[in-house]
Amino acid sequence: MFKILQKTQFSEKVFKFRIEAPEMAKHAHAGQFLMVRANEYGERVPFTFADWNAEDGWVEFIFMVIGKTTTMLSGYEAGDCLQDVVGPLGTPTEMGEGKWVVIGGGVGLAIAFPVARQLVATGHEVHAIMGARTKELLLLEDQFRSILPEDHVHITTDDGSYGEKGVVTAPLERLLESGAADHVFCVGPVPMMKFSTLTAQKFNTPIIASLNPIMVDGTGMCGCCRVEIDGQTKFACVDGPDFDATKVDWDDLRARQAAYRTEEGQSLKAYEEANCACQK
Amino acid sequence: MPEVDGRWMADMKRPRTPDNEEPAAERACDFRPVDKGFTEEMAIAEASRCLRCNKPLCVQGCPVNINIPAFITQLYNREFGAALDIIRESSMLPAICGRVCPQENQCEGKCVRGRKGEPVAIGQLERFLGDRPELASMPHMAPKNGKKVAVIGSGPSGITCAGELARNGFDVTVFEAFMTGGGVLVYGIPEFRLPKAVVKREIDGLQEMGVKFEYNSVMGRLADAEELLNEKGFDAIYVATGAGLPKFLNIPGENLPNVFFANEYLTRVNLMKANRFPEYDTPTKRGKNVVVFGGGNVAMDAVRTAKRLGAERAIIAYRRTEAEMPCRKAELHHAKAEGVEVMPLVAPLEFLAGEDGNVCGVRVQKMELGEPDSSGRRRPVPIEGAIEEIACDVAISAIGTNANPFAKLIGGMELNKWGYIIADEETGQTTNPKIWAGGDIVTGAATVILAMGAGKKAAADITAKLAG
Repeated sequence: MFKILQKTQFSEKVFKFRIEAPEMAKHAHAGQFLMVRANEYGERVPFTFADWNAEDGWVEFIFMVIGKTTTMLSGYEAGDCLQDVVGPLGTPTEMGEGKWVVIGGGVGLAIAFPVARQLVATGHEVHAIMGARTKELLLLEDQFRSILPEDHVHITTDDGSYGEKGVVTAPLERLLESGAADHVFCVGPVPMMKFSTLTAQKFNTPIIASLNPIMVDGTGMCGCCRVEIDGQTKFACVDGPDFDATKVDWDDLRARQAAYRTEEGQSLKAYEEANCACQK
Repeated sequence: MPEVDGRWMADMKRPRTPDNEEPAAERACDFRPVDKGFTEEMAIAEASRCLRCNKPLCVQGCPVNINIPAFITQLYNREFGAALDIIRESSMLPAICGRVCPQENQCEGKCVRGRKGEPVAIGQLERFLGDRPELASMPHMAPKNGKKVAVIGSGPSGITCAGELARNGFDVTVFEAFMTGGGVLVYGIPEFRLPKAVVKREIDGLQEMGVKFEYNSVMGRLADAEELLNEKGFDAIYVATGAGLPKFLNIPGENLPNVFFANEYLTRVNLMKANRFPEYDTPTKRGKNVVVFGGGNVAMDAVRTAKRLGAERAIIAYRRTEAEMPCRKAELHHAKAEGVEVMPLVAPLEFLAGEDGNVCGVRVQKMELGEPDSSGRRRPVPIEGAIEEIACDVAISAIGTNANPFAKLIGGMELNKWGYIIADEETGQTTNPKIWAGGDIVTGAATVILAMGAGKKAAADITAKLAG
């Protein structure tokens, strides 16, 4: 059992758990992930490390309430235990020499932040582009600001409720035009990653995407998380989750991500109905 | 009747005792064990058929050389505990091997009674005894020797090695990536063929002997060989991570939704209990028309699982014919009895997408058998122009596995060019004097009994070198 040491709520639907996991904390790297099975009936769900501390023996992950598992997790409190937490999994992010732009969209910001922090810690100049649908869904702004100069944080919201109205590609284009980046890292919804990639390609700047397909075992055994990279099948859980974004087949990723949408809805509905019955 | 004037006379008139199976139509609707195993009377009757050969070929046919006539003799005399003790001298997992060994190619394949009739049902007799573990003598436990061994992986090879080492006085910790022990025995082999309770009983037994299990521990990521040996104080490591990574068909459409590798299809049900979704959170696809490519045990497990998930048409598509299928004969027989259709001599060319983007069919090339290849089996050759389409809403490929990538991350030992660990065949020792390895990560995908045998050999060598 893995104890939740701390629960932080960022917005109505976004939470962070700090989990007691001393061995995992010692071996975690930016870009890697863990898998959670909340209870005996649970599914195995991957979450990228948001932060970790080897000395104090904890790891953190951020999640947004979307389906059954995340709805249920949002009801867990500090002191509660998760049945299984396994990690670190996946290959750490490769941090090449030079200046970086780190792009996070939506809940992807939780993955982008530790990458940005690690880049800063290893002496890279970093710009962060933070994208969200609306102001309430913008995560970790304080954390990004605490590690970056003010003019290195660029915020966009789809509805213009905060920062620049529009999508992440506008500030990305400006930064690339001004020569602010030798590398780009992006993580978020598929369309965001796809268009960020097209923008980076226009400037011949290498771009890495952290991919998030559905996983089952997370250790390269089942192949559920397979993605097409440069026409070859790769497993996001062991070969990734980071890949050269210019080589990713985005349509394939999107189709595979959506494969269980019906079942996910069914599972959430059953959970909500059961919980209503309990309260009566 | 078999004893005449104090001499053993096998009952030559008695036919082989048929398996004690659940009716096919009923069992194909759920995940209950298909084979209920012999009753005591059935076992005694079957034991009376054994010739007790002076030079028993069955023993040669057994990969771990169980003294088969000796245990059958004890079984016939109703000395079940003594019979089980004989098996356990050679095999730690009789309840499992009795169920999953390919006996027709091993002990039963060599049985002299099989030359003019049916061989003795050795596998069933082994299982009969394996299912009565309480009758075995308590194993002799050597005094603690103060040496620590890390076993990586809790599949058949790892748990065998762990049990032997614990018995020899070692302090043993098993590191398992999943949340439960057993490896392929739990994620790969379905409940209807190997009940999970049987595997759990073996794991529980090891824990009673003092073996520690660390679950959710992906070695190579959580700690590598160097850390285990130099920081965590282990004196030796046994690596038994299994094969794992599925092989690709490398044909168009392989990544379409609802095209599965058998590993994923089976793991969802066996480990995550997707057959009980939404009570359990992990879903799966309940196809109406399911086609499985492959002819091994994994293919049979997948197609029979599909049937149990409600498939109206469940097809095994294989590029050769039934005669060349590498699966256990019993599995093919069970599958067909349950309504599985066998489509021989077809090879997949392309998975086709429907309007919803999911797989809706597969184009296959019709084959014919040509000259024998290096495996001795007749090679399938395409019939020019003979291309057909099979409609399906779930497709599964079960054509084997490649090396597990974690061997490389564990490090400290040499791998061959395919990523398998180089280890001595007799001792399991790798190129590192403190690391041993065995099972599928050394041999490539093989059988439970061979993996178990490797664990046993390595344990003997570790004991000789560290505590000798």
